[in-house]
Amino acid sequence: MAANTNSEKYKSDGSLIGNLLEWVDARFPATSLWRTHLAEYYAPKNFNFWYFFGSLALLVLVLQVVTGIFLVMHYKPDGSLNANGIPVAFASVNYIMYDVPWGWLVRYMHSTGASAFFIVVYLHMFRGILYGSYRKPRELIWVFGVLVFLCLMAEAFMGYLLPWGQMSLWGAQVIINLFSAIPVIGDPLTIWIRGDFVIGDATLNRFFSFHVIAVPLVLIGLVVAHLLALHEVGSNNPDGVEIKERKNEKGIPLDGIPFHPYYTVKDIVGVVVFLMAFSAVIFFAPEGGGYFLEYNNFFQSDPLKTPPHIAPVWYFTPFYSMLRAMVWNFFWLDAKLWGVITMGAGVVILAFLPWLDRSPAKSIRYRGPIFKILLAIFVFAFLILGFLGTKAPGYYFFGYQPPEKGSSLLSILLSGDIIAQVFTAYYFLFFLTMPIWSKIDKCKPVPERVTWK
Amino acid sequence: MQTRTGKGHLEMNTMRNLKTLLVVLLAAPALVFASDAGLKLDRAPDVSTDKAALQNGAKLFVNYCQGCHGLSAIRYARLQEIGLTEQQIIDNLMFTSDKIGEPMLTAMKAADAKKWFGAAPPDLSLAARARASEAGSGADWLYTYLRTFYRDDSRPTGWNNLVFDKVGMPHILAILQGEQVLVKAQDAKGKVTHKLLLAKQGRYAADEYDKQVGDLVGFLAWASEPQAALRQKLGVAVLIFLAVLFVFAYLLKKEYWKDVH
Repeated sequence: MAANTNSEKYKSDGSLIGNLLEWVDARFPATSLWRTHLAEYYAPKNFNFWYFFGSLALLVLVLQVVTGIFLVMHYKPDGSLNANGIPVAFASVNYIMYDVPWGWLVRYMHSTGASAFFIVVYLHMFRGILYGSYRKPRELIWVFGVLVFLCLMAEAFMGYLLPWGQMSLWGAQVIINLFSAIPVIGDPLTIWIRGDFVIGDATLNRFFSFHVIAVPLVLIGLVVAHLLALHEVGSNNPDGVEIKERKNEKGIPLDGIPFHPYYTVKDIVGVVVFLMAFSAVIFFAPEGGGYFLEYNNFFQSDPLKTPPHIAPVWYFTPFYSMLRAMVWNFFWLDAKLWGVITMGAGVVILAFLPWLDRSPAKSIRYRGPIFKILLAIFVFAFLILGFLGTKAPGYYFFGYQPPEKGSSLLSILLSGDIIAQVFTAYYFLFFLTMPIWSKIDKCKPVPERVTWK
Repeated sequence: MQTRTGKGHLEMNTMRNLKTLLVVLLAAPALVFASDAGLKLDRAPDVSTDKAALQNGAKLFVNYCQGCHGLSAIRYARLQEIGLTEQQIIDNLMFTSDKIGEPMLTAMKAADAKKWFGAAPPDLSLAARARASEAGSGADWLYTYLRTFYRDDSRPTGWNNLVFDKVGMPHILAILQGEQVLVKAQDAKGKVTHKLLLAKQGRYAADEYDKQVGDLVGFLAWASEPQAALRQKLGVAVLIFLAVLFVFAYLLKKEYWKDVH
């Protein structure tokens, strides 16, 4: 950061606090950091609704860290049974819910926060796709973002084991067993991950360690990298116009306004609205209809009792659907392995978006009909994949009952399994064919300055 | 099939029993898991604000359930939240402990339970939350479950249950409800249907039994989240506060942004 060397240092006004600030600023880039990242970070003035979700994601991250710190004070990662026949970990969550003063509130904030994190991050990513925020020169911001998303998935997956309920145990069982599909090293690998032949105390302890230390450290580091990269190149905007190309005589972008105070006060409004929705869940529907806290997870984990239907939490379900969509063995590889590859590729392919998109315009406002139509189908397909991931295989839409023998047209059209396969194929084709259709799409001319649409 | 000893009321009471007792029109395999689609659960009455009902539920729990099931998350002292005094709790409800700060455990040893029932009876602290599904709330499941035991000689306990097939638990409330039998019949389309009929009257008439079970389930629902009422009350206050804060936040934003064109 060049600003570090050029920026003037804080001059004391003679007061005690002023003197202290001057002393600090001479030894630490306080003023310079404040200016670079807030008071003199010029953001486009035309941010709309979609631009709230970045700061909200940061808010939820802080919320998760703070509530997590308090939960760890009472939680015990111990899979052994206590004198009442209840696993110690499960009983310690009960202790938080019943006996720790305000423990229930902190726990609901953390459990709802996990889902809120994904809602906010999915919307934040969608914003990036809408306005081409991943395009040059912001490729690295996007790549860091995809890594943040990956970390978030790991964090959520390992955190979900900790309450040590039925879904904690069996959800982890399903996902860890996927690695056994890898040829040769599969089985030893799963044992290495679990630290045991079954999911047990060793697994619980290592997941706890990863959930509270390792992954959050990486996550926070990536978030910092994401923000540093953003502040290096500047924010995109709903018009996809580079505001740095038009500056006034002082070198300030004509369409830029200082992040602080303009966007800090605007984001406060967003934060209050978000907190209203967040509080509505915490105080009136903390289970989120069985999606945020799965009902089955109120049963203590029991390795001898397999639940009839094991569904991952909602935020994993689109990718879980992709996993299940692969039912064919090819190239001597098991369908299960293809499923794992498909699921992994579903996340990884996002990172290549900056190089797949060849459209002359960044923002959807000036992009052509092909993009708009394909994106609309993409969103629909993603939502349906997510919905189907919560259902057991063999699901039919509209309560349709397939004929007992053979198949009818409706039994194909309404089959959740077949629709999941079609939409999985669509998900990948959307990205893989993007270099072609994004190039030939008829774009409108992009204005030179931002607009107020 | 006799439903009640009173004469002349036989047919009417049979009809009433058919209505008040569960009539489940489902094929047996679909009943194996509570989460199976199509399972109809009766709606449990909401007694969350009825302290007398919750206290009656606590009494029923201590008398009929706690012999086998613990309520490990609830301490005896917490029963003050449903309107009991410390002395009332000590005098009437504490059979497994003499310290009011202790949790409501069962006196039965887990190892014995396993020997007697095949599996240790579960702790019921969270039963009313864990049994929730698309078919209804956990309380609905418990309310239906406790009213659909029937005689089944093929089971070691002599009992089976409509919503929990091959359940290990015997019908502990039979003394209150009486004995039901499962009657198979074919409807007009030839589909096999199942009906429960009361073969032997227990201490209570059907409606009264339903009310007692409603109280017991209400108590378990309370125990599954004792702070639920506080949570909702607090939620209203928090939302009102945020609504006021929103007005100020919005006005502040407007003030700052008035010179941005």
